Amino acid sequence: MWHSATVRLSLGFVALAILCLGVADLSITAHDPWHELGRLLQGLVQPDVSDVDHLWVALLRTLAFAFVGVGLGATAGFLLALIFHSRLVRSLCAFVRAIHELFWALIFLQFFGLHPLTGVLAIALPYAGVFAKVFAEILEETDPLPEQVLPAGSGRLSTLAYTRLHEAWPHLVSYTSYRLECGLRSSAVLGFVGMPTLGFYLESAFAQGHYDTVGALLLLFYAVIASLRLWVRPLLVPVYLVVAPFCLGSGLPIVWSNVSRFFTEDIVPSPLRHGEGVSGLMSWLGDIMTSEALPGIWHTLVLSQIALVLTGLLALMFYPLVSRHFFQGRSWHGRWALSGRRQAGAGRPGNRLTHLLGHGLLVVMRSTPEYLLAFILLQLWGPSMLPAVVALAIHNGGIIAHLVGRRSNEVRLRPDAPHGLVRYAYELTPRLYGPFLALLFYRWEIIMRETAILGILGITTLGFYVDSAIQEIRFDRAMVLILITALLNIGVDVLARHLRARLRLRHTANCEP
Amino acid sequence: MSTLALTDAVADYGQQRVLGPLNLTLQRGERVALVGKSGAGKSSLLAVMYQQWRGRGAALMPQELGLVPSLSVFHNVYMGALASHPTWYNLVTLAKPFRRDVAAIRPLLAQLSIEEKCWAMAGELSGGQRQRVAAARAIHQGGEVLLADEPVSALDGPQSEALMVELTQAYPTAVLAMHDVELALRFTDRVIGIADGGIALDAPSARLTAQDLLPLY
Repeated sequence: MWHSATVRLSLGFVALAILCLGVADLSITAHDPWHELGRLLQGLVQPDVSDVDHLWVALLRTLAFAFVGVGLGATAGFLLALIFHSRLVRSLCAFVRAIHELFWALIFLQFFGLHPLTGVLAIALPYAGVFAKVFAEILEETDPLPEQVLPAGSGRLSTLAYTRLHEAWPHLVSYTSYRLECGLRSSAVLGFVGMPTLGFYLESAFAQGHYDTVGALLLLFYAVIASLRLWVRPLLVPVYLVVAPFCLGSGLPIVWSNVSRFFTEDIVPSPLRHGEGVSGLMSWLGDIMTSEALPGIWHTLVLSQIALVLTGLLALMFYPLVSRHFFQGRSWHGRWALSGRRQAGAGRPGNRLTHLLGHGLLVVMRSTPEYLLAFILLQLWGPSMLPAVVALAIHNGGIIAHLVGRRSNEVRLRPDAPHGLVRYAYELTPRLYGPFLALLFYRWEIIMRETAILGILGITTLGFYVDSAIQEIRFDRAMVLILITALLNIGVDVLARHLRARLRLRHTANCEP
Repeated sequence: MSTLALTDAVADYGQQRVLGPLNLTLQRGERVALVGKSGAGKSSLLAVMYQQWRGRGAALMPQELGLVPSLSVFHNVYMGALASHPTWYNLVTLAKPFRRDVAAIRPLLAQLSIEEKCWAMAGELSGGQRQRVAAARAIHQGGEVLLADEPVSALDGPQSEALMVELTQAYPTAVLAMHDVELALRFTDRVIGIADGGIALDAPSARLTAQDLLPLY
């Protein structure tokens, strides 16, 4: 076992995370964290739905921003996917998706202000980058032969529509609907920077200590995500897309002088603005590096390393919850009764309640945006890295556990395979470890991007310095720091891709951001 | 256009040369059988011919057929005529076929005894049915020269003969890679034997018997 490169790499990651634990600040500083948690739980059990108007508006805006943002992003991404072989397009997409939607929102806020365009573009732009990459991959995976046998002169659009597009359509649709769910989370979180979505109402409810309103907002959000499949129907989607732009709210008008000022003054590095030349610029950059970028990068790396390993642990712990090899659904009843080898613990047949609870737990874990979770935990535990680590691990662990569990259902075990812990340790986990690592490496970049963004909440990762620079109206510094964050994400993405290739881990497009 | 010619044609698979260099001239109206054991280079030769002559009205029916499994039989056959219609017409057809195209394609499917499958998905058909759909597409496409790789391999006796008749009638010139030597001799007038990526035999079908082709296998 120790000879396996995968195992050695995993242990290396765990060791690194343990070292990081030594330097990370993981204290709970809140006065009475359990009391706060109790109040929140009470709010969830007894939500206050009396303020119907506010709830309704929050929900409507969240949906509208998600639909318009994801709709624009998917359209642009599809067009870009058609020219994705161009190096320029590929790099451009890698760049826009390396910057988190909240950073984009912070940038657009500076010149569009609280206009709906800020929220729409903050979602559409990074999503377009992701869509372009994944759509291009999906189109690439289709059979090239039908296209080759078409008569010469069939026309590009006809060729595309009849061959690759038609074959890939179900995959494109299912990926887009998955991204719509992500878009709803992004849209909700945009409220934290001032967009009129769920996060905005959540933040003010927290600030006023209205935990029953918090409970109502959270439950509403889960209900919307859980029921997505029921109301997002192929025939209804065009209707939603047409109606959504009219439901964004009016916001505040765009002041066009701000737009030009932003590009001609605000983001121009201050030494250049004051004519201090290249030497001034260098010392300015040096100052940013030592006082902000390096500490920010350090904390981002430390935090994301711990979060990555904890995510992996949670995923490995929780995937049996949705695996038929541990908790069977009804259809497996007969077979199990026949085999007559019932055992206690895991592997108990037909345990529908556990099965349902397991599914429910993972749904809640993965549909709570990490930013929202970190925000809540910060309110409960006080500022330190702990809320961020836990939030990242819960959200991403839930996603990976869900995907690994689904993958485990494709595994066929021999009829006399062992049960319980032995089945977990000998039969399933070794078989699923490769896909598990591939998924984890896929999410590494996402965890890193989220770690940076959680700085806005006051944890000293890169986002913290970006946010402070913006607070101090020093957009030139903010832009440099955002660029550094983007480069860091691209770097991690390249490293993860390299590791996946070296360990020959299979690649799956559907687990992208 | 009276002749089609290949000069010093080669095909490489990675670092390895799998075909040629070879020279070959086809007269208009010739029906050529490509024979030889599997891996000899028949498919590579067809691929080279297609690459060279696609713009001159060549149609390809590859061994893997190249159907779109998620499209109906009708649409797969219609694809043979994508180049003869404007884009808007093709896109409308994707949603709702025009009556005159259905009227053109249905009899073709009837001749190949798959008319009842007209609106079935190509991916849901059996191997023999799919092969006939690909043949129907090639016939619907029409043109100067048909390049077909094992066009009747999944069909039984009478069906394969019927399809050979249709295919050879649809194109003035045809190059057919075949492993059924008897059938090849009956439906073609020239046999080209391929061995080790080169031409090992080139003779009129009338002068050959199945026995003469045995050394090639």
